[in-house]
Amino acid sequence: MDTAAATVPSNRRPASNSAKVIARKVNVHYGDKQAIKNVSVDIPDRGVMAFIGPSGCGKSTFLRCINRMNDTIASARVTGRIEIDGQDIYDPELDVVQLRARVGMVFQKPNPFPKSIYENVAYGPRIHGLSGSKAELDRIVMDSLSKAGLLNEVNDRLNDTATGLSGGQQQRLCIARAIAVSPDVILMDEPCSALDPIATARIEELIDELRSNFCIIIVTHSFAQAARVSQRTAFFHLGELVEEGPTPQIFSTPRDKRTQDYITGRFG
Amino acid sequence: MTQHTVKSYEEELTFLDNKIAHMGGLTERLLGQAFDSLNRRDPKLAAAAIVSDKSIDNLQREIEDHSILMIARRQPVANDLRHIMAALKIAGDLERIGDFSKNIAKRALAIAGESHPKPLLAGLGHMVELALRQLKDALDAFADRDAEKALVVWRKDEQLDAMYNSLFRELLTYMMEDPRNIGLSTHLLFGAKNLERIGDHTTNIAETVHYLVHGAAITDDRPKGDTTSSTLIQQG
Repeated sequence: MDTAAATVPSNRRPASNSAKVIARKVNVHYGDKQAIKNVSVDIPDRGVMAFIGPSGCGKSTFLRCINRMNDTIASARVTGRIEIDGQDIYDPELDVVQLRARVGMVFQKPNPFPKSIYENVAYGPRIHGLSGSKAELDRIVMDSLSKAGLLNEVNDRLNDTATGLSGGQQQRLCIARAIAVSPDVILMDEPCSALDPIATARIEELIDELRSNFCIIIVTHSFAQAARVSQRTAFFHLGELVEEGPTPQIFSTPRDKRTQDYITGRFG
Repeated sequence: MTQHTVKSYEEELTFLDNKIAHMGGLTERLLGQAFDSLNRRDPKLAAAAIVSDKSIDNLQREIEDHSILMIARRQPVANDLRHIMAALKIAGDLERIGDFSKNIAKRALAIAGESHPKPLLAGLGHMVELALRQLKDALDAFADRDAEKALVVWRKDEQLDAMYNSLFRELLTYMMEDPRNIGLSTHLLFGAKNLERIGDHTTNIAETVHYLVHGAAITDDRPKGDTTSSTLIQQG
């Protein structure tokens, strides 16, 4: 990673008109079971794409292909091609650790390290060697916390343990931690499902702010959330990508009957 | 159509359709009565027609309340959202049609004492006939989710416009012939104008049905003559 990327991102990359993430004919098998069938999709930069679909439809599996999280599952086999900025992320030469620095992830349940608030955010930049000095690291931490909308709430207790924060604060801390390493893409796997409506609203607000700098992909069970935060929506069903398009179109006039049946609550 | 997992949601949507059907039926009847009262010089029928507009207004309010509650409770999307919005809009158009019809009935009261020249009333009668048929077709198109039928209604409105134009000229001539005809003719002219407006609201209903079915507005220009064909429909 170049030195410019050592700071927390702010318009560091020129906006590209082409897709940030390109998937072509991606198939995922867990042993004999096929979890993803021939999925091809272009995910634009600087925006939010929502993956929706019933449980077990493959949306999380597909999300995890984008930072090769499925590598950690012994029986998982991924075929097809996924590119980020034109680079094949399944290239055997590729350093997966570097990939995961470029593709941050936020999980369903906030999972702060049992360390101080400061250390949670500093951890990534430190192990990736993104800061040359303590002062620079401080700046990255403060900047990330600020971008995650958490700084004002934790400014006076950066050395307190992160597990003492509320659920919503912990989740925003995890987002601060993800953006501290200056990723290109942020994957969010149901980031609000463990949060109350107010904490959810704050995360959604945050996502809306972050999209001007990142490519964000969010898996959500809440259609309303997908409708609120995303610009594009992809509907998965039984491992297939059934329909993908601008969010307003998906929620007002879906083309595929399966999409319509699902989002209107008529499924099965 | 596949049923909702939540049965009460399905029932609420059906409730909306039933209310629209009821409201549509009352509106058709009101328009028919309004003209009959004019034609037969029947002030009693006119009075009854005027009163019945109240139930149409009440139904509109009921549909609005129900729709707002559904939006708040269900956060409808896709065809459900279009369904509810369509019901809201159609209820609004029917309410207006009810008002115009009521206005025709009021004119029946005003000119009850005057003698009616047959040809003039026949012209108005043809307009009413067509307006009623259009309204019925538009409501059927809604009930059957039949965008093709809605498109036919939409195209046919120009006939009503043409009838209005010719009646307008006819009434004008009649007024010029004899100034004593001005009172009656003016009332009939307003009646014709009301029918022309009723046609426009019926066209709105047809447009709403098209949007409900296809999720897209009718992109066609309103036909001048019969040149366009149904190939312009875009599948939603």
